[in-house]
Amino acid sequence: MTVYGFIYTALIEPFSEYAFMRRALVGCLALAVGCGPIGVLLMLRRMSLMADAMSHAILPGAAVAFLWAGLSLPAMGVGGFFAGLVVALLAGGVARLTPLREDASFAAFYLISLAIGVLLVSARGNNVDLLHVLFGTILAVDDDSLVLMAMVATVSLAGLAVLYRPLVVECFDPGFLRSVDGGGGLAHHGFLVLVVLNLVAGFQALGTLMAVGLMMLPAAAARFWASELWALSLLAAVLAFASGYFGLVLSYHANLPSGPSIVLTAGLIYGVSVLVGPRGSLRARFLPGRHRAA
Amino acid sequence: MADLISLHGVTLGYDRHPAVHHLTGGFACGSLTAVVGPNGAGKSTLLKGIMGMLRPFEGRVDLKGLRRAEIAYLPQQAEIDRSFPINVLDTVLLGHWRTTGAFRTVKAPLAAQARTALAAVGLVEFEHRPIGSLSVGQFQRVLFARMLVQDARLILLDEPFTAIDSRTTLDLLRLIEAWHGQGRTVIVVLHDFVQVRKHFPMSLLLAREPVAWGTTINVLTPENLAQAKAMSEAWDEHAGRCERGPTT
Repeated sequence: MTVYGFIYTALIEPFSEYAFMRRALVGCLALAVGCGPIGVLLMLRRMSLMADAMSHAILPGAAVAFLWAGLSLPAMGVGGFFAGLVVALLAGGVARLTPLREDASFAAFYLISLAIGVLLVSARGNNVDLLHVLFGTILAVDDDSLVLMAMVATVSLAGLAVLYRPLVVECFDPGFLRSVDGGGGLAHHGFLVLVVLNLVAGFQALGTLMAVGLMMLPAAAARFWASELWALSLLAAVLAFASGYFGLVLSYHANLPSGPSIVLTAGLIYGVSVLVGPRGSLRARFLPGRHRAA
Repeated sequence: MADLISLHGVTLGYDRHPAVHHLTGGFACGSLTAVVGPNGAGKSTLLKGIMGMLRPFEGRVDLKGLRRAEIAYLPQQAEIDRSFPINVLDTVLLGHWRTTGAFRTVKAPLAAQARTALAAVGLVEFEHRPIGSLSVGQFQRVLFARMLVQDARLILLDEPFTAIDSRTTLDLLRLIEAWHGQGRTVIVVLHDFVQVRKHFPMSLLLAREPVAWGTTINVLTPENLAQAKAMSEAWDEHAGRCERGPTT
């Protein structure tokens, strides 16, 4: 077999042969476009773990939809969206009205929410259903789900474009925003809605346990390669798509579950970035090379 | 001259303990006032009260129709994330918030103003530097450039020269005097009495209660300073309720 033949078999054939692989790949592209920039902003706002908590919080909404409509990804997406919003509002409310910090109140509510979700799914479904919900089913993504994921990506990019300045200022200098504009409540809540939307989209592909995988890992990896916000966002989206592509290839050839393969690929890219990226990586720290003249 | 801000028996504080107690008086339009006093005297609290970030327990802060957007405020420990990937010019451009708001575009004249402001604080070639790469003094210059751009009628500065080198302090003091010359009202919380005597015509000496308020020469007298020092700094955890009536 020629080199080209080998490359074709390894990297292209899975997608040219099977429609479900093509759909999965398009799904990854839609996810990457939205999750990249959202993940970068989450990281800069130190909300990485909060996003993780939110992703578990969408489970009971998805479970209610599942009990009602069966394994329908759009219905579960809508249910998950509302569950996520409720948890975000409750946790944010407790953080504002009591001395409990936001991270602690988010942890409290996502645990309650996750437990309710698992109970709901196991009440009627079987373990296979629970596995679908927890780990996602990107290989079973249908056209409706694809349209939903693409809509989420579109809304995310448009929303970010509108909210960009208040989001940046609220993160970089919240005191200034309060002094000129009375606070960034609108931007913050708008951003939370976008995060929940993207988690719902990610949930279709990667399940509720790893929906943040394509958000946080590429964003964290991008930090070691770029330093400006636009470059970070673009790079995170590209890395997220690369993770999706190579993760699917890996899962196809090695016969592995697709969700963990995608997240592990993103993890591998992150690991390489930590080791050798040009900005602040371990290599830059321990083998910096000769210092500059000025 | 008419007052830009009037305080009517203002009591501000935290957890029902007063940090500024029954303060009455006014900051004249176009005045340059230093707020001085021992630690815990309520100086920063007073600025927060003027900004409306803290609601008075009692009394009233009258801004005479001054809008929030016409006030520039530099807090003592700005909650600025210095590692955020933003460059110097973009930071200064935020000073145009009153014009651009959250959504409108930054047109060329606004950018030109921001560059002029950067030149005025001596940071001509710093436009594209990420703020994380600046020294503390350089960054304070950036924040002053942003206030230049804000073009505010009232400017509140909370200990702007803490941990700042003497050369930068002098440059920034000159900017404050220029603002005073342009008829803006400036209120600065300071510790250095030498600076206050040299650069600030008016002073307010606070020790939770107002000790003296007027021309610096009459305020910073040895008797007043001794009195301010004597006033207890620690608050009494079990203090009873204040029975003093509202002074208006």
